[in-house]
Amino acid sequence: MPLLFYHIRPEAIPKTRYLMGELAADKHVKYIISIEKKKDNFESVVMEHLRMNGAYWGLTTLDLLGKLDAMMEVLFVGGFAGNIGHDPHILYTLSAVQVLALFDKLDVLDIDKVSNYISGLQNEDGSFSGDIWGEVDTRFSYIAVCCLSILHRLDKVDVDNAVNYIVSCKNLDGGFGCTPGGESHAGQIFCCVGALAITGALHHVDKDLLGWWLCERQVKSGGLNGRPEKLPDVCYSWWVLSSLIMIDRVHWISKEKLVKYILGCQDLENGGISDRPDDAVDIFHTYFGVAGLSLLEYPGLKAIDPAYALPDDVVKRIFFAHRHCRSDLSLARRRLLLKLAVVFCN
Amino acid sequence: MHGRPRKPSKPEDEAASAAKAQKLRALQSQFLHNHQNNIYTKEAVELSAKLLEINPESYTAWNYRKLAVEHYLSLTHSDSNPESLNSIFQEELTVAENALRQNFKSYGAWYHRKWVLSKGHSSVNLELRLLDKFQKADSRNFHAWNYRRFVAPLMNRSEEDELKYTEDMICNNFSNYSAWHNRSVLLSNLLKKKADGFLLKEKVLPEEYEFVHQALFTDPDDQSGWFYHLWLLDQTVKVDSPLLVSSWPAHGYDLMLLGDSCPSSPFTSFHSDSGTFPLVLYFNQAVEGVNSSTVSVDCELNTIKDLIWKPLSANNSQTAQVWVTQLNFIDVEPKAYPVEVSLGHSQGIISSSGFHYNHSRFAFRVCVQPVENGSAKRLGGDVMLWSDEKFHIYDAHSQESSPVISLDQLSIQNNHETTASEWRTEAIAKEIDHFRELLSLINCKIGKLTLARLLMAHDTMICPSNKTHFKEVLELYGDLMKLEPSHVQYYKDEHSLVLLQQVTSSKESLLNHCFHYRNLTSSHIGNPICLRLNNLSLSRVGSFDKLLWVQMLDLSHNELQSIEGLEAMQLLSCLNLSNNVLCSFTALEPLRSLKSLKVLNISHNEIGAHSIDTTRYLCSSPVSHSAGSEWNPGEIINADTDVKSYWEAYFILKDLNLTQLDIVGNAISDEKFKSFLIKILHALKWLDGERLH
Ligand SMILES: [Zn+2]
Repeated sequence: MPLLFYHIRPEAIPKTRYLMGELAADKHVKYIISIEKKKDNFESVVMEHLRMNGAYWGLTTLDLLGKLDAMMEVLFVGGFAGNIGHDPHILYTLSAVQVLALFDKLDVLDIDKVSNYISGLQNEDGSFSGDIWGEVDTRFSYIAVCCLSILHRLDKVDVDNAVNYIVSCKNLDGGFGCTPGGESHAGQIFCCVGALAITGALHHVDKDLLGWWLCERQVKSGGLNGRPEKLPDVCYSWWVLSSLIMIDRVHWISKEKLVKYILGCQDLENGGISDRPDDAVDIFHTYFGVAGLSLLEYPGLKAIDPAYALPDDVVKRIFFAHRHCRSDLSLARRRLLLKLAVVFCN
Repeated sequence: MHGRPRKPSKPEDEAASAAKAQKLRALQSQFLHNHQNNIYTKEAVELSAKLLEINPESYTAWNYRKLAVEHYLSLTHSDSNPESLNSIFQEELTVAENALRQNFKSYGAWYHRKWVLSKGHSSVNLELRLLDKFQKADSRNFHAWNYRRFVAPLMNRSEEDELKYTEDMICNNFSNYSAWHNRSVLLSNLLKKKADGFLLKEKVLPEEYEFVHQALFTDPDDQSGWFYHLWLLDQTVKVDSPLLVSSWPAHGYDLMLLGDSCPSSPFTSFHSDSGTFPLVLYFNQAVEGVNSSTVSVDCELNTIKDLIWKPLSANNSQTAQVWVTQLNFIDVEPKAYPVEVSLGHSQGIISSSGFHYNHSRFAFRVCVQPVENGSAKRLGGDVMLWSDEKFHIYDAHSQESSPVISLDQLSIQNNHETTASEWRTEAIAKEIDHFRELLSLINCKIGKLTLARLLMAHDTMICPSNKTHFKEVLELYGDLMKLEPSHVQYYKDEHSLVLLQQVTSSKESLLNHCFHYRNLTSSHIGNPICLRLNNLSLSRVGSFDKLLWVQMLDLSHNELQSIEGLEAMQLLSCLNLSNNVLCSFTALEPLRSLKSLKVLNISHNEIGAHSIDTTRYLCSSPVSHSAGSEWNPGEIINADTDVKSYWEAYFILKDLNLTQLDIVGNAISDEKFKSFLIKILHALKWLDGERLH
């Protein structure tokens, strides 16, 4: 089932030959668009429940590459019908909110409904469940805090208590796990540090201890792993880097070596980025590779915010701009966007 | 998709994949149909199991199965035999196990199992056997470890047994960070509870050191034991209750509160136009609860009552390592006033781990000088120049009091806390020997890094130390920079901190950096000492506890990208940060607390040259929501475009009373920005060396 149809003139993409050590931007744009066509293989069906995340990954990558404006003709054509059968879950709420923020269309949401859904998932101890079935994880704390902040509704939850729960998941190595006692893991650390950053509570982090743990994630090849003695992987360029940036310790790794590693994971022929050199590419790692390069100030890429995982100008727009009154969208477009909203707050 | 080789797909593979996809799609849509129509027939439920076996991440299918269980439970009467109840749940356990065989990282499957067990109808006895299987297959699977931590208490397995399990896992293969992690969790619980056999750290920790040596010394490049060893070191050094490490004024100070005349010692004189001065408390860790009832300040003046204590923390947290209040000596009779400060006489000063501050006191004298008529203008009237020829090395008089001496007096005050009990120093000394031996056999990074840390811990514990190891530690960090260039900046930061500890460790070394500033037009001998720490290749600053007395500070020509901690230097009035690598205004956040700051030089840095701001989230800002934030949401949204585009500069500088600012040589500094600065800095007289009108 297609998610997005892009109206893009093929000639708009310049044909360039790339050498190793350069970002093959136009190839990646092509790759992201081509994913649409591969909807019939086994993986895309298995990943169907992740569709909302996929939209966020693809669109944010395009924006960082400066190609979102050229694609304002993106149409959300009935793509969510097949998706509506899936249950609501906080994981997909964030991606949807991020995608709407990307298009400056948060005003199509029933913000109270979404924020009530999220605040309803907060537990007594400050933690958040992923959905009505009660699985608890600091990933959900991040999502709740990030969503509500974007929607200017952080006052709907007990922020102090949310912070306390995250702090209770802090480990003796300075990192954070899913639940109290859980092992430190770069992805989980991003969630906890990100939530603490957004709530202005980074003083709970031992920046030197965590910074050392995080910078030791860089392996000889220049890539980053997610836990000690694990293989490097492009997606950790995001989780580790953004955490290091939020605690002002990113200078402790070699940026040059990491840039080289990410660029070495590109598929120069067909576009896309993989976890490790010569592995199969996917949209997830393409996003994390490009976002990682943006954090590394790679030339030509828009800056991304390390806590909200959205382009910097989008974050500025959210917090510095006057709220729009109902937008200038056509009725048809608004209806389509509303469908998107329905997916997670029904 | 992780770890799959990139290769052009063959047509037959694509066909197979398409066929599989078609089958899965059919299954999925049939399942969704059942789910939407609440169909829980045997066939429907079996279909969901099939779907989960192929795709364990289909979270909606797990939800459906939970609904189905609840549906069956509602049909089963309470008097029906427990067998049938049991079999309902047994089926769920089987489906979850099958899914885990397919993907043992499936969040949905692990949670489903937890959900079933939490219903309390199934035996937990088989869980450990299942776990053993998964933990053998992948000993680092954090889902399995999490599940283990969930199941062990349900089975009433003791923490001692679990500790033994981590030992077995580690002995089997020491390269198992997950096991080391779990060990640190269990052990710190047992130590906290003072469980049988875990009452005394001095018994437990040496054994743990022995244990982790096996991992570290077998393969020093394997990180599994590194962080555990660092944690042990921290456990050895750390004393529970917070300590006061320094204060300003320090114990025994004779503080000259200047009207005009020359002070006896520039270290202890302080000029204040307003007749107030800060009282600063510097603790060894962040504490909360410093207020007028936990700290009493006794002085014959009744202006010193109900003091308001302010934590020096970046984001308005009520926990901080440094606290400050203002003492008021306005319009008082010129004479000497003894002041006694007493801390913790009533409980309430608490560390973040919940330990109370023990009682202590210190005293100083404030000598208020008469103000003469026609007192000359002080700093701010003339432009201050930071050039070398303006500074003259300070020639100390032998009997003059120095801040370092006062510090020693304060540490004597703290001695009854006995930070260095014998077993601690013994343990550290033993470790130092072990690591020296390791390094004699093999040149390894972790050996050098650990030795450097151990030596510093040793010096801190034995205070005042007869023999310090600064030189050796600095050499070790120098070696590490060469040994591992990709982390050079980490070692450089550590090197900088040790260097500053060395500089501030004695009066002699400190005096090498003390200068008099002398302007041609005003030749005040009363001008304060300028501490010059320029040109030292510092990438980071520290040792602020020993620098609280400094009023003029030159940190120019270093490699600073952060001034974290500088907020403690409450007396600073002139600061030179030029020719460093500061990247943004948010990196200057500590300056916001320096209410005496008048002269600031941040020229020739990299402000405005970077697209990523690494300190944005370390201060309260419009994008983060710290409690009690000074940002009111309307302020920034309704502000003019200049304030919006320069919000960082606006936020850092707007409340400072700068009279002189140098900003030239930063990417941000153009005419537009400079006119913005003039607009927001009302007291500014000099900008980039030019007099403003
Ligand atoms: Zn990955």
